[in-house]
Amino acid sequence: MGSNKKRLASFAAIAAVTTMLLSACGGSTTASSTAAAGGSTAAFPTKGTGEVHLYNWTDYIDPEQLKAFTADTGIKVILDTFDSNETALAKLQSGATGYDVVFPSDYMVKQMIELNLLEKVSPATFPNGSKIKSNMMGVYWDANRDYSAPWMYGSTGIACNTKAEPKCSSIKSWKDWFTVGLPKMDSLKDQTEVVSAALRATGVAAADLCTTDKAKYAAALDLLKGFKPAVIDSDSGIERVIAGTSNVRMAWNGSTHRMKEKVPSVEYIYPSEGLNLWADNMVVPVGAPDLDNAKIFINWMMDPKNIAAESNFTGYDNGITGSDAFMSDSLKNDPAVVVPADKVALLSPTPACDQTARDLYTQVFTTWLGAQ
Amino acid sequence: MSKKHVKQLEGRPGQTSPLLALPTVIFLTIGIGIPILVTIIYSFLDRAEIGMGVKWHFNPTSYKSLFIIENLDGTTGFDSRWIKVLWNSFLYSGITTIVTAIFSIPIAMWIATRDENKRNILLAAVTLPFWISILIRTYGIRQIIDDNGPIGTIMHKLGYAHYHIIYTPTATLIGLVYVFLPFMILPIYSSAERFDFRMAEAAYDLGARRWTVLRRIVLPSIRPGIIAGIALVFIPALGSFLQSDMLGGGKTNMIANVIALNFGQARNWPFGCALSVLLIALTLGFVKLIQWIGKKSTGEKVSFI
Repeated sequence: MGSNKKRLASFAAIAAVTTMLLSACGGSTTASSTAAAGGSTAAFPTKGTGEVHLYNWTDYIDPEQLKAFTADTGIKVILDTFDSNETALAKLQSGATGYDVVFPSDYMVKQMIELNLLEKVSPATFPNGSKIKSNMMGVYWDANRDYSAPWMYGSTGIACNTKAEPKCSSIKSWKDWFTVGLPKMDSLKDQTEVVSAALRATGVAAADLCTTDKAKYAAALDLLKGFKPAVIDSDSGIERVIAGTSNVRMAWNGSTHRMKEKVPSVEYIYPSEGLNLWADNMVVPVGAPDLDNAKIFINWMMDPKNIAAESNFTGYDNGITGSDAFMSDSLKNDPAVVVPADKVALLSPTPACDQTARDLYTQVFTTWLGAQ
Repeated sequence: MSKKHVKQLEGRPGQTSPLLALPTVIFLTIGIGIPILVTIIYSFLDRAEIGMGVKWHFNPTSYKSLFIIENLDGTTGFDSRWIKVLWNSFLYSGITTIVTAIFSIPIAMWIATRDENKRNILLAAVTLPFWISILIRTYGIRQIIDDNGPIGTIMHKLGYAHYHIIYTPTATLIGLVYVFLPFMILPIYSSAERFDFRMAEAAYDLGARRWTVLRRIVLPSIRPGIIAGIALVFIPALGSFLQSDMLGGGKTNMIANVIALNFGQARNWPFGCALSVLLIALTLGFVKLIQWIGKKSTGEKVSFI
C-alpha cells in the first residue's frame, strides 16, 4: 500500500540514506548454540557472528531493540531505510544489494516472489514460526509463509479531533469524508488509498476494488472532483494534528495512536464501506550475504516479547500470538490499534491490482491532483 | 602559471595537451550522455509487466499519451494535464528567477563595493547554505513558515491567523527562492566585481541622475552575470522536486513530481522517460532563447552552456 505510508521523514531516505552502525560491542561472543529463550529446536541457531543488514521503512524499528538483539545473539545490525515499497523493489531488482532482511508490504511481497527476488526461508518452520497469528497465515501474498514472516499491520481510516472539530464525528463513511467539506481536512498522498476509498464510497465492493470497469472509476472521479482537502501529504500528519493545524485527516491507525498520545480527543473512524488492511513483512532477498543471521534475526523478532516492543515503538499491532501480554496498556486499550469486534468485518486487504487497474487508479489520482 | 612554465610543458604558448580534455569527456559521457541516451531509449519501450523497469519492445505510445487521453467514458480527447503541469513548472521557475534577480542585484553590488576582507566574508556567507544538505534546509524552511513557527506566530499575534503560508503555492515559491538565491548572487557578483566604479562616478560628473546611471552604466556592465544567473536558476528550478513536495502540500504539482510519480507509485517508466525527454527539449529551447536574447542585447555570444 501506501507508498510513503510511514512516519515522519519519508525523504530522509532519498537524501541521507542513514546507515547506522548499531552497538559497539558485538563480535565478542563465540558461536555457541543453546541457551536463550525459545531455543527449542536444537538445529536452529540462536547465536551467530558477523552482521545482519536490514532494509526497513524510515522510523519503523526500535533502535534499543537492535542493541538488545546484538546483546542476545552477537550479531551486529546495520540498518538502511527506504521510503516506499516501489523504492525497495527498484533496489532489489537492480541486483545485489547486500541486504539480509527487507520489510515490504503485502502486495509487494507477492510481486517480489513472482520476480524471484526472495529466498525461500520458510519462516513458518522456525522455532517461533508456530506463533504466527492464524489470520496472518494463509495470506494471499504468501499462503504458507514460505518467504515472509509477519511484521506490523494496520489499517487506513480517518483520524478526527472531536474537540477541535466537533462536526467530524458525524463522518461515518468514506462518502461522508469526501463530501463533508470541513476546514483543516488533510488527505494522504497515496493513489491506492485515495482512489480505493473513492471507489468504496461510490459503491464498489471490497472484493471488486481491482475492477477494470471504467464507469466505476468515472463515478469515483466525479466524487473526487468536489473533494479539496487543505493539504495532500503523507509525511507530516502526526505533527500537524498535535499542532492543531489539521483536525480531520485520512490516516493510518498507528499514526492515529501516536496522535492520541498527545491529543486525547482524537478518534479513529472506521468508515462504513470498509477500509484497507495492510501488512508488512520480513523477507530475505535472494543472494543475502548473511543468510543464517537473517534467519536468526527473523526468528528473534517473532518472539512475542521482542515483537511487542516493536509494536510499542511503532504504534501498530503485529502478527505474533501472545505479544499482547507485553504491549503497553495505551496500545492494548486503543480501539484504533486493536480492532473492536464489530469493526473486524470492515477490514479487507489493500487491493493488489494488475497493471490495467493500476493505470486507472493513476489516471483518477493524477486528474484529481491536477484539479487542486 | 608563468608563460615560461607553459612553454616547458607544451612547447607552444597557450596550447595544452588534448589529454587534459579526457576527464571532461569521460564525465560528460558517463554522467550526462549515457543517462540521457537511456532516458530516450526507455521512452520508446513497453513497460515491464510486473515490477519495475521496461520491456525491450518498441512502443511509442508514451509520446501519444503526453497529449491524448483515453477518457473514462471511452472517448478520446486532448489531455491538458501534463501541459498544465509544465506550465506550472515554467511559471514557478520564472517567478523564482525574477524574484532572485531582484534580490541579487543589490546584494551583489553591495558586496562588490565592500573592501576585500569584508567581501571574502560576505561571499563565504552567501555560499554557506551549500554546506548543508538541501533536504535539511527545506525542513528548516518548513519549520520557519509553519503555522506554529516564528512567521505563523507573528501573523497569529497580528490577527492574521486565517492566512497560512505552509502548504500553499507561496510556500513552494519561498522554498525555491531561498534555495536558488546564491546561484543568482554569485554570477552577478563576479560581473559586478569587475565593474569599474569610476565609470559611475564619471556618469554622475557628467550630470546623469541615479536611475540613469543604474540603467545605462551599471546594468549593462553586469548583464553577462545576470544572464548567467538566469540560466543557473531557471533551468534547475524547472526540475526541482523537493520544494513543491515538502512545502506545497500537494497543491503545487511541478513536472518533476509527476515524473517521480511515474517512476514510483504509477510504475510507468517509459511515460516518465517521455515526460523527461519533453522537459529536456523544452529546456534546450529555453537555453537557445536566452543565448539569442543575450547575443542581441550584448552583441556577443553568451556561452554559459
